[in-house]
Amino acid sequence: MTATRRQVLNTGLAAAAVFLGLPRLASAQDVDAAIAEFTGGAEAAEEGVTLIAPEIAENGNTVPIEIDAPGAEAIMVLAAGNPNPDVATFNFGPAAGSQMASTRIRLAGEQDVVAIGRFPDGSFKSARAHVRVTIGGCGG
Amino acid sequence: MAENVTPRVRAPREAAPGDVVSIRTLISHPMESGQRRDGDGNIIPRSIINRFTCDFNGENVIDVTLEPAISTNPYFQFDAVVNESGTFQFTWYDDDGSVYEETADIAVA
Repeated sequence: MTATRRQVLNTGLAAAAVFLGLPRLASAQDVDAAIAEFTGGAEAAEEGVTLIAPEIAENGNTVPIEIDAPGAEAIMVLAAGNPNPDVATFNFGPAAGSQMASTRIRLAGEQDVVAIGRFPDGSFKSARAHVRVTIGGCGG
Repeated sequence: MAENVTPRVRAPREAAPGDVVSIRTLISHPMESGQRRDGDGNIIPRSIINRFTCDFNGENVIDVTLEPAISTNPYFQFDAVVNESGTFQFTWYDDDGSVYEETADIAVA
């Protein structure tokens, strides 16, 4: 059987998509799965949570971030472009003075960092910050 | 595995009732992510602190679940509200089962 020019092109495109696209897709699915596990599938409004991260991080091994979600009972932080998107989950107790925390995280490369806050009324709010990383932090 | 793990805590020594105080903690720990390879190409097994908690007089302030994406020497800054004198109890839980503890006293008047 002789393949037409169009068939050959389509096959090539599909192969390229599989080759280039799958790792990213898998990661995006991981992120969605992690978010769904935290929110139980509820929609997260893009407000009410502050995520402070540098626009450019020189060293991906220690990227300072700060999260603030007044009134939240828990905040989950995800790094969408890491091999494993989970970063940390902060649960605030009754003696917490505010729903704010800062820490230092590892980022494998340029990517979005996502913070999702869970509120006592069952709602979820999220914030997103794009970080460019000069040297990746996963020992690659 | 993790050697020379030293917790350090910075908290105010005194405050007024109802004050919100800022607390900073640092613990020296390699936080081996389980993603890195050694010179022979073998994966270095994961060895991290997976949980950090802070309580004030038995009441929880913050309870953090850590994943390998937390940097070496995990650092946290957060706020606590103090209504009476007491003790902050800080606890770090290592993957290998070790528990590291530190306390800080605060006088509220």
